[in-house]
Amino acid sequence: MSVNYIRAITERYRRLGHQPYRWFEADSEPPWRALDKPLKKIRLGLLTTAGAYALGQVAFHYKDDSSIREIPSDVAEQNLRFSHITENFLVDPKRDPNCIFPVGTLRKLAREGFVGELADEFFSCMGGIYSQRRVREETAPALLEAFKAQRVDAALLVPM
Amino acid sequence: MCMASALDIIQAGKPPRATFVDYPLGHTAGKPFDPDDQLAIIREGLIALETMRTAGRIHRLPNRWSADDAWKQQAGATTGADTRRPRDETPQFQTEADRAAAIAAGALVQEIRANS
Repeated sequence: MSVNYIRAITERYRRLGHQPYRWFEADSEPPWRALDKPLKKIRLGLLTTAGAYALGQVAFHYKDDSSIREIPSDVAEQNLRFSHITENFLVDPKRDPNCIFPVGTLRKLAREGFVGELADEFFSCMGGIYSQRRVREETAPALLEAFKAQRVDAALLVPM
Repeated sequence: MCMASALDIIQAGKPPRATFVDYPLGHTAGKPFDPDDQLAIIREGLIALETMRTAGRIHRLPNRWSADDAWKQQAGATTGADTRRPRDETPQFQTEADRAAAIAAGALVQEIRANS
């Protein structure tokens, strides 16, 4: 049995007297677009919502930070950092970023030809944004434009 | 392709394609310092990207976090503290050295308060 996070967190906050957290529930069926070339020919993008940033960039803040970071796909792993409202889940990613932002893993797969090539820039945002409106109107369109600019055929989304 | 380790949350979000690995949050792309595990998860995600044919399916990976499922008791507990940090509106750098690096790179303008 997998963990029922929605039930557990809803109940935990209720006991603490907090406002109920409003989980995102899709109001339509997902769209579909077939991958039109084999993996070994695709240009692949990456997004994590774990609040990754690179040394020299500005960290995320915890209150509805809707901004994104562009992180070069050849970034040194020791230069990756994280800031997220639920820092407690980031203990291991801070030691090994590949747990949640698999830059090293994807570089290996690109080197061995499993995927064609990687985008020049990977992306990160801070997933703890409580305003669904701001995600729809700010973060999602910015990410779409950023992925288009990277001319990717597909992307991996790695939430926390 | 949406990789996930919170099954109920990803089911509610209905991405077109998803894979699920039953690991504690923070490890969606594999165990720390375990490149074989990390490669296996990402490889499976990419294969699913190529082979899935129906929107809304969730491909479950066989990987196990540990021999027993003790970690799930705490993760799914309905009692306990709120683990969220205060909702600050200033950048929360991992270390002070990161703040200095962002200032040095010109990415963060240091706040200078007029001493009037």
